[in-house]
Amino acid sequence: MINRVKREIPEEVRGNNKVFTGVHTDCKVVQRTAPKVRPIKLDEEKWVASIEEVIDKLNLSDGMTISFHHHFREGDYIINLVMEAIAKKGIKNLTIAPSSLTNVHAPLVHHIKTGVITNMTTSGLRGELGEAISNGIMKEPVRLRSHGGRARAIESGDIKIDVAFLGVPSTDLYGNANGVKGKTICGSLGYAQMDAKYADQVVLLTDTILPYPNTPISIAQTDVDYIVELDKIGDSDGIGIGATRFTTNPKELQIAELVKEVITKSVYFKNGFSFQTGTGGAALAVTRFLAEEMKSNNIKASFALGGITKPMLTMLEENLVDTILDVQDFDKEAAISLGKQERQIEISASYYADPHNKGAAVNQLDVVILSALEVDKDFNVNVMTGSDGVLRGAIGGHCDAANAKMTIISAPLVRGRIPTIVDRVNTVITPGESVDVIVTEIGIAINPKRRDLIASLSDQGIPIYTIDALQEKAYGITGKPKPIEYEDKVVALVEYRDGTLIDKVLQVKQ
Amino acid sequence: MTNLRRTMMFVPGNHPAMIRDASIYASDSIMFDLEDAVSPFEKDSARLLVYHALKNVDYGEKELIVRINSLNSGFGFDDIEAMIAAQVDVIRLPKTETAQDVKDVEEVIESYERKLGREVGSTKMMAAIECAKGTLNALEIAKSSKRLIGIALGAEDYVTNMKTRRYPDGNELLFARSMIIHAARSVGIMAFDTIYTDLDNVEGFKAEVELIHQLGFDGKSIINPRQIKIVNEIYRPTKKEISHALDVIKAIEEANEKKSGVIALNGKMIDKPIVERAKYVLSLANHS
Repeated sequence: MINRVKREIPEEVRGNNKVFTGVHTDCKVVQRTAPKVRPIKLDEEKWVASIEEVIDKLNLSDGMTISFHHHFREGDYIINLVMEAIAKKGIKNLTIAPSSLTNVHAPLVHHIKTGVITNMTTSGLRGELGEAISNGIMKEPVRLRSHGGRARAIESGDIKIDVAFLGVPSTDLYGNANGVKGKTICGSLGYAQMDAKYADQVVLLTDTILPYPNTPISIAQTDVDYIVELDKIGDSDGIGIGATRFTTNPKELQIAELVKEVITKSVYFKNGFSFQTGTGGAALAVTRFLAEEMKSNNIKASFALGGITKPMLTMLEENLVDTILDVQDFDKEAAISLGKQERQIEISASYYADPHNKGAAVNQLDVVILSALEVDKDFNVNVMTGSDGVLRGAIGGHCDAANAKMTIISAPLVRGRIPTIVDRVNTVITPGESVDVIVTEIGIAINPKRRDLIASLSDQGIPIYTIDALQEKAYGITGKPKPIEYEDKVVALVEYRDGTLIDKVLQVKQ
Repeated sequence: MTNLRRTMMFVPGNHPAMIRDASIYASDSIMFDLEDAVSPFEKDSARLLVYHALKNVDYGEKELIVRINSLNSGFGFDDIEAMIAAQVDVIRLPKTETAQDVKDVEEVIESYERKLGREVGSTKMMAAIECAKGTLNALEIAKSSKRLIGIALGAEDYVTNMKTRRYPDGNELLFARSMIIHAARSVGIMAFDTIYTDLDNVEGFKAEVELIHQLGFDGKSIINPRQIKIVNEIYRPTKKEISHALDVIKAIEEANEKKSGVIALNGKMIDKPIVERAKYVLSLANHS
């Protein structure tokens, strides 16, 4: 069946899933599921000596679903350690449901080959793992979900977690855990809060045990079954790798400057506005430029949302932002600050972006700046597959936050010899319907349905093109790319945040 | 093309991505370098790269300049022929010491213009002065060819020749800058200042641009797009200057309508230099 963004979803992989029909919410009442709970005995201890021992206590067995979080990003040790221990026990056919996966998770390829992992849902796939999956290593397609979509799927039971293995920077011996104290801090545990609330069994893994009660309580003792102490759970410096470099690249700075122009010349730039900036060089520069403009125009933001970075903290400290709603920290400084700043508030993935709750923070968002691997003439955005068709990205909160009042996608016209503005994106992650402005180094394109933005941003000294003109300029530099050759096998299915299928990813041809 | 040359951005001729991306920044002119930025082993490939870029990349209204290798380097003739074939706007001579240096290159340019069927004189020139001898000959160099749009100071070689180095206050360049600006102004061509290499020292760069703006230079050579905005801000006329320029132009138009010979504004006579200054101010205002 062909869906709203003109993508075919083959019947054989579709199952009972509905296909994407648009970004609207149908407001149908949903039934949440609740976890099984094994009440603790009065004198029972939760501390267990090792991962191996806890696996035995959990009765972990073939076919179960286990979950992890990715708050340590490229510095995560937990997933590899736990999977290695599980593999040694000879357990097979597991579904893994981490909030995301990064380059450090290449060892999972081995566990897929040996049948330990047979199903997977995640927000991101990169490096060797992404390549292996794109080359058809898994029998069943991976289910790709946004952060809001994962929260929804956990609440609805689409993801039913048997055991959550959650790395926490500190906990007491009864399971009160947070990400702001300890040897290896990661800041917010917003994604892990979903797993803690909804998994049947919850194991905390930590390298810092603190006296009872350990506060703040991000994950509560009421949800925790076992605690395992390890030498080291991760590398705090790995949190900031990749996504959060600060740029001196003139092209990125030029894009950031234009993004700033679009924001400050829009009707949304007024006292009390709210914003989310993503990761990447241009986004961080936007935050810095925006702060300068807010200062000179005497404008304060009510809240900043999403993955939090140091430039956002600076804005908080300078009182340019009242409150930071923090679901994830993108650098060590932001993680440290969460433990000190009263106006930096930890929120869960559901609070952040879940479309099927009674109001997510993204619903209140005025302006969001997001990045893209590709954008097409329908304004659809791909952040998941590269120009060779290989999985090498992460949905993150992309399609969740894109429902802001003004969604800006910042992307260079071309990267090296590869066009970014294309005829048709390889993979639709965020539908063009929710995208308003594309900003490139040479100028912007505004979604034609946003006549208000076209009117308010015209004659403001910002070069405005049609999206077709931008695409032609990109192809003018690089030439028209050859179509990617795929096999027939579906290696991943992309869910829109409401659980409908928006696209598929096919196996790449060798 | 505007008559402004506030920023002349150096782009190494052997760097495809920078050559391609040069089109997207707001410099008034782009100067592709075939000389010092390119090693002897890459001279031919850089020349070809710049040739194809000039032919194929859309640089919009920007003035396109190429710094060639000197005639006695063994690469200069090929550089000039290729750049005239690509219809470059301006050829920049490196390390100009005498008026004869300019005349020699002009002779070669003219011969290739004829060979390639270009209008003789259509290729403009600029000369970079980079040593004591060239500085002392600045006036003769400025007068040496009608093709010259301006002369420029190249300070890196100059300070080496003078047995000194660059200092933050720029006193070591004061004589050369003064010679060059005077030579240019006395002939009626433009004067361009040298590059500033410490990219992260924004305050130092600002101070230098303020100095050369004060001295009367038309613009500065830059090495990174990050420097463009700073130069343009310093060259941006004040509201008072813009308003006065508008008054001058209005007075001229009214006088022309009335066919009045003598033109005055607020009791002061307006003559040609004042009108030219007003036009320049408005041009700066329109592009900043």
